Amino acid sequence: MRPVRAATVERVPGTPSHLKGELDQPTKPKRQRVVLSGPQSAPPQSLRSRLELAEQTSWGEMLIRDLINALLRWSVVFAAALVLLIGGLPLLFWRLPELASFTVVGVPIAWLILGVFLTPVLFVIGIVYERLSERHEREFVDMIEN
Amino acid sequence: MTGWQITAASVAGLVAVVAFYLGRRPTTLQNAAQDFDMARRTVRSRRNAAAVSGEYLCAASFLGIAGAILADGADALWYPIGFTAGYLVLMLFVAAPLRRSGAYTLPDFVEGRLGSRGIRWFASLITVLIALLYLVPQLQGAQLAVTALLPIPGWAGPAAVIGVVLVTVLGGGMRATTLAQAFQYWLKLFAIAVPTLALCVVFIGTGGQAATGLGTAAPPTLPSDTTVTVDTPVTLEVDAPTRLHAEGVVDGAPADGEVLWSAEVPHQVAAGTTLRLAEGTPTPIVAEAPADNTDWLAPGNDGTWDLLGTYSLLTALLLGTMGLPHILARFYTNPDGRAARRTTLHVVLLIGLFYLFPTLLGALSRLYVPQLLITGRTDAAVLLLPTAMLPGLGGQLIATVVVAGVFSAFLAATSGLVYSVAGVISADLMPERVRDFRVAAVLLALAALGLSLLPRHPDIAHSIAIAFALAASTFCPVLVLGIWWRGLTAKGAAAGMAIGGLAVLAALALDIVSDYTGGWAPVLVERPALLSVPAAFVVTVLVSLASRQAETTMVNSFMLRMHAPDRLGFVTDAAIPRYGRAEERIRLSHGQGRHRR
Repeated sequence: MRPVRAATVERVPGTPSHLKGELDQPTKPKRQRVVLSGPQSAPPQSLRSRLELAEQTSWGEMLIRDLINALLRWSVVFAAALVLLIGGLPLLFWRLPELASFTVVGVPIAWLILGVFLTPVLFVIGIVYERLSERHEREFVDMIEN
Repeated sequence: MTGWQITAASVAGLVAVVAFYLGRRPTTLQNAAQDFDMARRTVRSRRNAAAVSGEYLCAASFLGIAGAILADGADALWYPIGFTAGYLVLMLFVAAPLRRSGAYTLPDFVEGRLGSRGIRWFASLITVLIALLYLVPQLQGAQLAVTALLPIPGWAGPAAVIGVVLVTVLGGGMRATTLAQAFQYWLKLFAIAVPTLALCVVFIGTGGQAATGLGTAAPPTLPSDTTVTVDTPVTLEVDAPTRLHAEGVVDGAPADGEVLWSAEVPHQVAAGTTLRLAEGTPTPIVAEAPADNTDWLAPGNDGTWDLLGTYSLLTALLLGTMGLPHILARFYTNPDGRAARRTTLHVVLLIGLFYLFPTLLGALSRLYVPQLLITGRTDAAVLLLPTAMLPGLGGQLIATVVVAGVFSAFLAATSGLVYSVAGVISADLMPERVRDFRVAAVLLALAALGLSLLPRHPDIAHSIAIAFALAASTFCPVLVLGIWWRGLTAKGAAAGMAIGGLAVLAALALDIVSDYTGGWAPVLVERPALLSVPAAFVVTVLVSLASRQAETTMVNSFMLRMHAPDRLGFVTDAAIPRYGRAEERIRLSHGQGRHRR
């Protein structure tokens, strides 16, 4: 359950009576001033950790460096998988021409792999990465907030 | 002009009107100036993905892929894969941090990260170059479509596209464009999926007539008596001695009547020559394309150079997507980093789905419109295939649907680019006194129009790949290193962009010269990314290390903002100080509640 983003709104006190004659805009709705826009998402107890991150204390600095390294590590792992997959195929077809011309129901397997089956694989890689990085970020936030 | 040509032209007109209407409609509802830009942030991530895809699927996707498959066969299958996987790379390294950085364009990002006005100017210049390289093939595609379908001069196509784009861009707001682009994705998917499925039914219904022919070691045979007029000089090759009728200049000598072409030497055909070939003749094929069907069907069997060419193409497409100006601007529409990541994931699905269809159409066109291989104008395949496969009303109906999609493809990519890059030009490159978005948009559009009328390599997919190569060799190192490495300095970034950019532009110049003087250039000149991208990375890193300074708080807080999860609330948008935070909050929390968090 995420905290509700709500803004607390307070009416601006009405125009003093001696000025009423000078301001002739009766149709204009009353101006509202926002005095507190509500916590974006961070509950009060996490404020200190958030401040430490923002002020780049050595602890905050270390936290964020660790986070960046962890995120980068996963990105590189997935990119390596992608390179192996996409980069491996031309080499495979080049080394094994007989594999590339092997046909399934009249269609060469190279066309099936490249034209049809590779895209779903790419999408699945994307889903897994998305799940993983969202979990990672959630864990980081939980750690900060405790 | 026959009836169906008029119908096709009016359907293209209808697409333009709908695009304009969608582009215009919300502006009548908005009165405050800030809605113009700010409304964009409330767009939901799925529609946003459709908008990204709508903007992305351009002439190269619609016409270029099928054309490349008609000519090159299995080797051209790497185009759709590279286009799709480019978004995956974008998602892995760039999407979320870039969105959180609050940068709206690449120059914004570069200035925010490196804190230098000079490099911002340089990045703007490169953005304009990429946009021009990307716009020209769109307009050439429009020219090709008009020449192929209508009996009017070819320049009318690009002129019409530019006209509609300028009217839409100058008259509409940003939110408007999101809706229009999302609509264009679904229109394009419909306009390619339905014709493809219909033509597949026709193909199977007619017993897949020549299907077996694709497996043989011979060029495709012409399905009917064919007359072709060559309008740019071509070099043709035949597989076996071929008898044909020629009027004009062949092999440097005037010809008028029967000629017999031998298989040993290539034949030069001058512009303006008319060739007549009888039904069942093996098609003469332009020299650089694989001639017989077995070669066409198998990936990469032209040896090591072919393999290097494939890798170079993949490098450009995978790493270039992240540097395309109109795509980056669209990412700003996401409310936060997480939504940016999700949008990218949806885009992979949407464009992956789309690319199934041009692949099928390209393969079918090898059977039904092989005469395009004679002139080398293979990109017209999608346009001509319906009427060639299904003469009569059915084919014309299908062709009309295709025309709607093709026109939408020209419009979407062109308007997206003009919109985002005109902003860059007016903010960074124009002198203060004449700074105006409209002027910039008109200048950019006219420059692209002028360039597109110059004769150049006619292959759309090939020309687009150059734009990707330039983006990959300049912005990819700056983005990836800027996001993940604190050590990047302004000098390093500038040096990397200069080396990468110059390498690609030099290769492009060499390639054009080589096109005119017999095509001697090796494949790495045609597709330079395999060399230029690593060079740009290495130069960026080395110069950054040499000019290394102590880490500043500015870099640290920028890194924090890019990588801290969205819930911690470090994201600050460039727009917030401009328009005020409180109003924005009210609008977002009490507004339509359009996006899911």
